[in-house]
Amino acid sequence: MHEFIDYIQSYLKTKDLTPGGDGNIFWATVYILLVFVGLSVAVIAMNWLERKILAHMQVRLGPMRVGPHGLLQPIADAIKLLLKEDIIPSEADAAIFWVAPFMVVLSAFTVFVVVPFGPAHAITDMNIGILFMLGVSSLSVLGIVMAGWASNSHYPLIGALRSSAQMVSYEVAMGLAVVSVIIMTSLNLDGVGSLSMIEIVKQQQAQGMWFIFKFFPLGLVGFVIFAIAMVAETNRAPFDLPEAESELTAGFHTEYSGFRWSLFFLAEYSAMIAVSSIAVTLWLGGWLRPFPNWLNGTTWDLVFSFFPGLTFLFFAAICFFNTVRMPKHPLFKIQTMGLAGFGVVLGLIGLAMFYGPVRERVGDIYWFSAKVAAFMYLYIWYRGTFPRYRFDQLMKVGWKVLLPMGLALLILTAGVGMRTELWAQVQEVLHK
Amino acid sequence: MTDPNTLSPLDLDTPDKTFLDANELVINMGPQHPATHGVLRVILRLDGEKVMGLECVIGYLHRGVEKIAENRTYTMFNPYVDRMDYVAAVSNGLGYCEAVEKLLNVEAPARAQYIRVILTELNRIASHQLWLGTHALDIGAITPLFYTFRDREEILKIFEKYCGARLTTHAFRIGGLQYESYDGFEKDVRNFVNFVKPKIDEYEELLTTNRIWLERTKGVGVISGPDAIALGVTGPVLRASGVKWDIRKALPYANYKNFDFEIPTGQSGDTYDRYLVRMVEMRQSLRIVEQAVEGIPEGPIMAKVPKVIKPAVGEIYHSIEAPKGELGYFIVSDGSTQPYRIRVRPPSFVNLQALDVMCRGQLVADVIAVIGTLDIVLGEVDR
Repeated sequence: MHEFIDYIQSYLKTKDLTPGGDGNIFWATVYILLVFVGLSVAVIAMNWLERKILAHMQVRLGPMRVGPHGLLQPIADAIKLLLKEDIIPSEADAAIFWVAPFMVVLSAFTVFVVVPFGPAHAITDMNIGILFMLGVSSLSVLGIVMAGWASNSHYPLIGALRSSAQMVSYEVAMGLAVVSVIIMTSLNLDGVGSLSMIEIVKQQQAQGMWFIFKFFPLGLVGFVIFAIAMVAETNRAPFDLPEAESELTAGFHTEYSGFRWSLFFLAEYSAMIAVSSIAVTLWLGGWLRPFPNWLNGTTWDLVFSFFPGLTFLFFAAICFFNTVRMPKHPLFKIQTMGLAGFGVVLGLIGLAMFYGPVRERVGDIYWFSAKVAAFMYLYIWYRGTFPRYRFDQLMKVGWKVLLPMGLALLILTAGVGMRTELWAQVQEVLHK
Repeated sequence: MTDPNTLSPLDLDTPDKTFLDANELVINMGPQHPATHGVLRVILRLDGEKVMGLECVIGYLHRGVEKIAENRTYTMFNPYVDRMDYVAAVSNGLGYCEAVEKLLNVEAPARAQYIRVILTELNRIASHQLWLGTHALDIGAITPLFYTFRDREEILKIFEKYCGARLTTHAFRIGGLQYESYDGFEKDVRNFVNFVKPKIDEYEELLTTNRIWLERTKGVGVISGPDAIALGVTGPVLRASGVKWDIRKALPYANYKNFDFEIPTGQSGDTYDRYLVRMVEMRQSLRIVEQAVEGIPEGPIMAKVPKVIKPAVGEIYHSIEAPKGELGYFIVSDGSTQPYRIRVRPPSFVNLQALDVMCRGQLVADVIAVIGTLDIVLGEVDR
């Protein structure tokens, strides 16, 4: 047992390599499990937050019955979905119908292999990381087409066709924006760029700025292109045509129910988290805390390392505040105690995060998650604000606006990046 | 523009002989569908996502209201009309009561007329709010629905305080009103007017200049003025096509000639214009309500109407401007206590036949937008 603990501690001390890069199968498995569990919890939390935030935007309360402030609602929903009858329509192509949701979930989860939560907090660090992410995440379109086709029904078929066209066309603009970042990573002394997710973040630190501010406004434009394309890529409002409820009832998953449906749901939310992670890694400095170069030194490190604990204490304080505001009627006794208990758990987590060894290791994960969470809020905000695009307009935005913008951005980024070389060439020509 | 007379009905039995045959898809939308506003069934013939033609199948909510009328006395039939356009029940009641009053040759007293106008205009606002919420929801904007329902609630509260019912109000009686306005009625109405004015700005803020909203509604479901007239379309749909026809101005009834208000019209006859027309109409209704509540005269609320209503042999057609268009009642009396025949001209039913003209050549998503913009209530279409 002691040897085991020693082993863990000795591993945690060497924190410059990812388990995959280290070739350490045991730790890679542990990380995979951690990411899987963390992601599932994030999806559950996201489900609750989306319903709550959207509800408050729409002058209503949202879930309030299951648990205090509906905190247990996602769990109740999950249980309901698991207990539902498993229906495969008699006319459906059973085998493909069965495989499709797994296909979607598989691609949505696999991309997290290369997501860097910290310099050593990734399952592995591939030298083609970003290509791997884009490639695997676009596999989900296959699952959606399979679902639409196998349902053998008109609405899912149209939904699947829309979805595939949409995802394929927005991938182009997305790719161009990504390439502009890869050009930026090569602007170092070696002149060598990288596709590795970890290297991209390290370059942002080395070059002293997040790539969103690089060559202002070029980095910003690339970020905006990606931010629009990623909403379309994940089929969320205002680009949620594949599942446009008012037109196609539920799009490609109309015929799905119960557990299979919940897999689509899980995949949609983890895909949202995945593309947000790409955006955070590429433009917003990944795991880097704000101003890592400007406000450096041990004092600032210490100050910023208090943030995770303070955040959890803040959430705990919200819980306690609402515990006090709970109705005093005996009927609400269990709910009040539940909310207080939830606050205590959050508070304990927060306090644990002030403990030295924990504090030093959660900083990366905290800043990464905070940035991703900001994107998640954006997704919810979009959904509360925008009407839905029509299919042809969606295509128009993708091909006629974002694609030319992406191309121009690519050329401009390359030109601005190589301006000294270009200038030297011009001078040479002038001399002749 | 397409001439409605040349439109061929959908022939669903014989296959199309064009080489595009393989791309054709016949889709059955409804009667259970989230965006057909009830139990409308639309059979769409699609080429990809493009609508080649469509056919409405109605009757899923048919309750035989017109036939029921033949077995009820004039007074007994009054609550039934509320069940046709159930989101604008007060207007239905006004149309029916005025039609029977015309048949009896009596006129409701001035005080009753004013209260009728206030309630009817409030109901117009409520109906438009419901339309706006559901229409925006169909186009994908979910938030306006909750805003409009929050504000519509205040109108329903006034109805509830006045007559005890919120939706199917049965607010008016033949010859005037049954209930005197309650204490604080004027204050409630004035408060509501002040409350809802900024709220309408709020709806407009969300939608009027929203790029996606503009793209989804401009040039969608266009119907020209002559086409609209030929199809018998009335109400905001007709006015958005540039035809200034509002029965409140054209054939004034119920004291409307005493009020100062404007009839908004559009030019292009597309979904966006219909949206703007209805938004202005809400504001104009508020203007009418404001004037009416200032000038409620004292006096009786019921005209001298016999206990047993037995109109002389004859027939009458009377129409009013309901929120959705011209709502007409054609009543034939055989001199007995029961009408010989009542025929209702519901605006939704007539407006619905423009759906095919407005949707041909557009995309599936536009069918939803057009159904929403026509503002149909299936209770009224099927009766």
